[in-house]
Amino acid sequence: MKEKLESIRKEFEERLAGISEQSKLEELKVAYLGKRGEITSILKGMGQLSPEERPAVGQLVNKLRSAIETGLEEKTQQIKDAALKIKLSKEAVDVTMPGKTVTTGSLHPINQISDEMKDLFIGMGYEIADGPEVEFDYYNFEALNIPDGHPARDTQDTFYITDKMLLRTQTSSVQIRVMENKKPPIKIICPGKVYRADNVDATHSPIFHQIEGLVVDKGVTMGDLKGTLEIYAKHMFGPDTKIRLRPHHFPFTEPSAEVDVSCWTCGGKGCRMCKGEGWIEVLGCGMVHPDVLRRCGIDPEVYSGFAFGIGVERTAMARFGVKDMRQFFEGDVRFLSQF
Amino acid sequence: MIAPLKWLVSYTDLNINTKEDIHRLADEMTLSGSKVEEVVSKGGEIQRVVVAKCLSVQKHENSDHLFVCSLDIGADEPVQIVTGAQNMRVGAYVPAALDGSHIAEGRVIKAGKLRGVESNGMMCSFEELGLDCNDYEGGNNDGIMILQDLGEFKDFTEEELDKLVGTDIIPALGADDTVIDFEITSNRADCFSILGLAREAAATMNGRFIKPEVHVKEESDVRAEDVLNVEVKAPELCPRYAARVVKDVKIAPSPKWMRQRLRAAGVRSINNIVDITNYVMLEYGQPMHAFDKRTIKGDKITVRRAGDGEKLTTLDGQERTLDSTMLVIADAERGSAVAGVMGGLDSEIQPDTTEIVFESAVFDAVTVRRGAKKIGLRTESSSRFEKGLDTATCLEALDRAAQLVEELGAGKVCKGIIDKCAAAPEKRRVKCAVEDINRFIGISASQAEMEDILKKLECEPHFDEGFVTVPTFRGDLVGSADIAEEIARFYGYNRIESSLLSTCSTTLGHRSREQKIKDRIRNRMTGLGYNEMLTFSFVSPSVFDKLDLPEDSELRDAVVISNPLGEDYSVMRTTMIPSLLETLSGNHSHRVENASVFEISYVYIKTDKYPDELPEHRELLTFGGYKAGNADFFSFKADTEALLDSLKIAKYEFEPEKTLPYMHPGRTARVTIGGVDAGFIGQIHPNTARKWDCPENTFAAVLRTDVLSANITDVPQNRELPKFPAVMRDIAVVIDRNVPAGHVEKLIRERGGKALESCALFDCYEGAQVPEGKKSLAYALSFRDASRTLTDDDVNKFMKKILNGLETRFGAGLR
Repeated sequence: MKEKLESIRKEFEERLAGISEQSKLEELKVAYLGKRGEITSILKGMGQLSPEERPAVGQLVNKLRSAIETGLEEKTQQIKDAALKIKLSKEAVDVTMPGKTVTTGSLHPINQISDEMKDLFIGMGYEIADGPEVEFDYYNFEALNIPDGHPARDTQDTFYITDKMLLRTQTSSVQIRVMENKKPPIKIICPGKVYRADNVDATHSPIFHQIEGLVVDKGVTMGDLKGTLEIYAKHMFGPDTKIRLRPHHFPFTEPSAEVDVSCWTCGGKGCRMCKGEGWIEVLGCGMVHPDVLRRCGIDPEVYSGFAFGIGVERTAMARFGVKDMRQFFEGDVRFLSQF
Repeated sequence: MIAPLKWLVSYTDLNINTKEDIHRLADEMTLSGSKVEEVVSKGGEIQRVVVAKCLSVQKHENSDHLFVCSLDIGADEPVQIVTGAQNMRVGAYVPAALDGSHIAEGRVIKAGKLRGVESNGMMCSFEELGLDCNDYEGGNNDGIMILQDLGEFKDFTEEELDKLVGTDIIPALGADDTVIDFEITSNRADCFSILGLAREAAATMNGRFIKPEVHVKEESDVRAEDVLNVEVKAPELCPRYAARVVKDVKIAPSPKWMRQRLRAAGVRSINNIVDITNYVMLEYGQPMHAFDKRTIKGDKITVRRAGDGEKLTTLDGQERTLDSTMLVIADAERGSAVAGVMGGLDSEIQPDTTEIVFESAVFDAVTVRRGAKKIGLRTESSSRFEKGLDTATCLEALDRAAQLVEELGAGKVCKGIIDKCAAAPEKRRVKCAVEDINRFIGISASQAEMEDILKKLECEPHFDEGFVTVPTFRGDLVGSADIAEEIARFYGYNRIESSLLSTCSTTLGHRSREQKIKDRIRNRMTGLGYNEMLTFSFVSPSVFDKLDLPEDSELRDAVVISNPLGEDYSVMRTTMIPSLLETLSGNHSHRVENASVFEISYVYIKTDKYPDELPEHRELLTFGGYKAGNADFFSFKADTEALLDSLKIAKYEFEPEKTLPYMHPGRTARVTIGGVDAGFIGQIHPNTARKWDCPENTFAAVLRTDVLSANITDVPQNRELPKFPAVMRDIAVVIDRNVPAGHVEKLIRERGGKALESCALFDCYEGAQVPEGKKSLAYALSFRDASRTLTDDDVNKFMKKILNGLETRFGAGLR
């Protein structure tokens, strides 16, 4: 009996080894463990054995049975693993092929610069003011000490709508609107479009963008203006940037200054970018003229303030290496999507 | 203002000689407020051209008009140069351009062979050195410049000339001036002059300003007032009119020094009298005019307003039509100059002029400016008058002109000045205090320091009495802030300590809600694949026709620019569609396959109260584009819905919009949010697309940002996630094909009530199994109750309600 069981085991193991498909494995399972399987028939024949033999043989048969079961299980797992392996290898893709396109857009480079400036000044306690682009002459000129016939009107070729209405030539108009409606302390910036009758070329556009700044409070000094602009310059042009104030004239500020920053390309040594000067002009500024304050109902004996106006295009051109200003307004998505 | 350096420095005690000196002056002037635009050294382009002495002249062996010269150039060996000039002679001192030298007009001279004979450079004429031979006594353009033939070197001994050999020719001729171009701001009429700039330079460089001493001998026995009568009929426009008469005038060229200074300043030399007027204008900033006295009818000058339509031919030969806002200088019969702008042709100085009248006057700045603009003639003179001139300088300049006449021997000056002065110059007192200035600027300058600065500017400080007296030529110094600026710019803007509003109130920096929303929209749009564009706010009025707008369309009533750059930029836009199509068309023409763009910007709409009120600046979100593949209405609508959903805008609806002539009538939807019109989305009408050269499937959306903003839920509230399962039901209803699906969905939602969690259209079918004129719409419905599991019975009730509704409203039946 013992020999018989051993030969069954051997035969099973040989047959198991030759199987690689699940269906064949099922057949094998039936052949041994099924109702008419080898093990089953041996168990059925146990009755013919003497009561003394039964326990020993029973034990042997059970042992064989569990060995067959284990063998079958292991084989099942092996077949599954092999199948999965084949599946995975069939599923393999060329991961170096391009992904399916999801297009994202981009913010306009001019607005990116504006946004950055807004964030900077908000961080210093400024609010953002808006004002109309079609504006009354009063806000754009008269209230800013530029009465009719003033030569400063010539330097800003103005688009007129009527005698009294025009397209604002400077965001400074918003200064007046803010001061008429708000008591000091005032700390605002005003980004926006401005208009001048310049023909379109690589460095001129009849529409461009400015950011106006205005601070009015008790005890505001020109030193405060300088400190504020230093922070601006370092933030926009790099931490080593220096600024230089040159006396200038704007009718609505006194004293007035133009501000140069050390050249962002050469750091001030002189290069093509700065035309060998080492400095690049970036903005105009000054202390708010007492007459302007007075006109807005703010007493210049009590309050003082500063104002500045920054051109955005120029900064954007420098930052992004744009050489032709027209590109900003053409809307070519090949250009826009770069930023 | 172009200032020749030598001229400028001659009125100071400054020593400005080397390149370094010049650069320091330019830098310091820039930093004290006279911005230097450019420094040009005259003769600077001439390099390696030296004085040479001719040692021998021989005929060229292969030519009968060339000569071979040997020249001493101060080096060990003489150099050989071949020349075609016929005036070379042994012993001549000449300019020799050596190998590698630069001469006028950018020419470079190289050594080479001329007909087989070595030539190591070139000898130069006046022209080749960029000089005018007429500036040099004895100079001509026939051949090489020979130094000892010139008046300049007439008295030089041979030894003295030998000393020049080998030195650069330009300094040897004294032609090495530098000119500085200053930007003069509109408030500084006084700096529009050599003297004004010299005063600034002296103050800037801590030197002394030396005003020219002016004495007029008045050699004629005739008194000016006996031979000329002046009447100012419009004193409000002419605060001062002064004149001198000169007899026995001999018109001749002016001397070299004057011609050189004028030329350096960019002014052409005409004759001694005209040159004097220009010279004085440059020097004092006071425009002058000289009339030929014999042309002044009735020996009377009248300053009056021009008659409307009065004609006058100006010096440039142009006939000008004047009007009563302009001022003319007239004689007894007619106008002979447009005051402050340009003289008349009739009274021009002639070669045979023997008697002249010098005019030095102050005219009203605004009148001159407007007049010059009206007749389209901006002159050196008008650009000075329009800044506002000083009535005191006016007289000084007149005397200076008279003095120059005498110095040049150009005539005999009559006795006395005819002076009509309506407003005597007065020195202004400006209230100000040392502490206030220090506090305003943020410095701590001493009183003495401030006084020192002010005195250099010819101001008289009286701080102890609380004021500063300013000179009459400083019309710009009116208030304390103006005095503060003078202190600051000479104290040094860059010496001011930086500070950061440390004494001021703390303020909260922030964006407003609307500003934040705008930024959110912009970011969402980029996420959806749209590129932000910036377009011009003005368009051509022809776009309204191009859009097929009806004649009475409100959009045609645009704000019109009265002086546009051209027709194409002449009206403020009332619609964003042309700007969008222009941009897309540009992309299409550049063969860009996919273009999606957006912008938040204004259209400008006239209100009832226009032009007493500004036009409404209506802010719009515009987006649109075209795609190479299968772009359709629904993918574009999906972008719109994604935007609205991401902004947490809930109650939006789309309705068919068939009335916009530039939009596809079957593929455009009006968008309402919370019942308010927010704009439209859809496909551009094929005709419109074609007119702009855009692809046919171009899409556009225009939405009002104010409506978006008003309907955004700022703080969405959390709803507990469901604990009980949902029950799903699909229905397909057959319905008239003209019923919009949106209306069906709206009804299903109304009827479904709170229990209906979602309703999604998943199929729309027309064809074989559906009757003609009908369509089948299939919806997946999901019902849920937050507090319990819904039973079949519950859901059946809901379904019944929905189906009843569909039947009564639309006659719909289940499929």
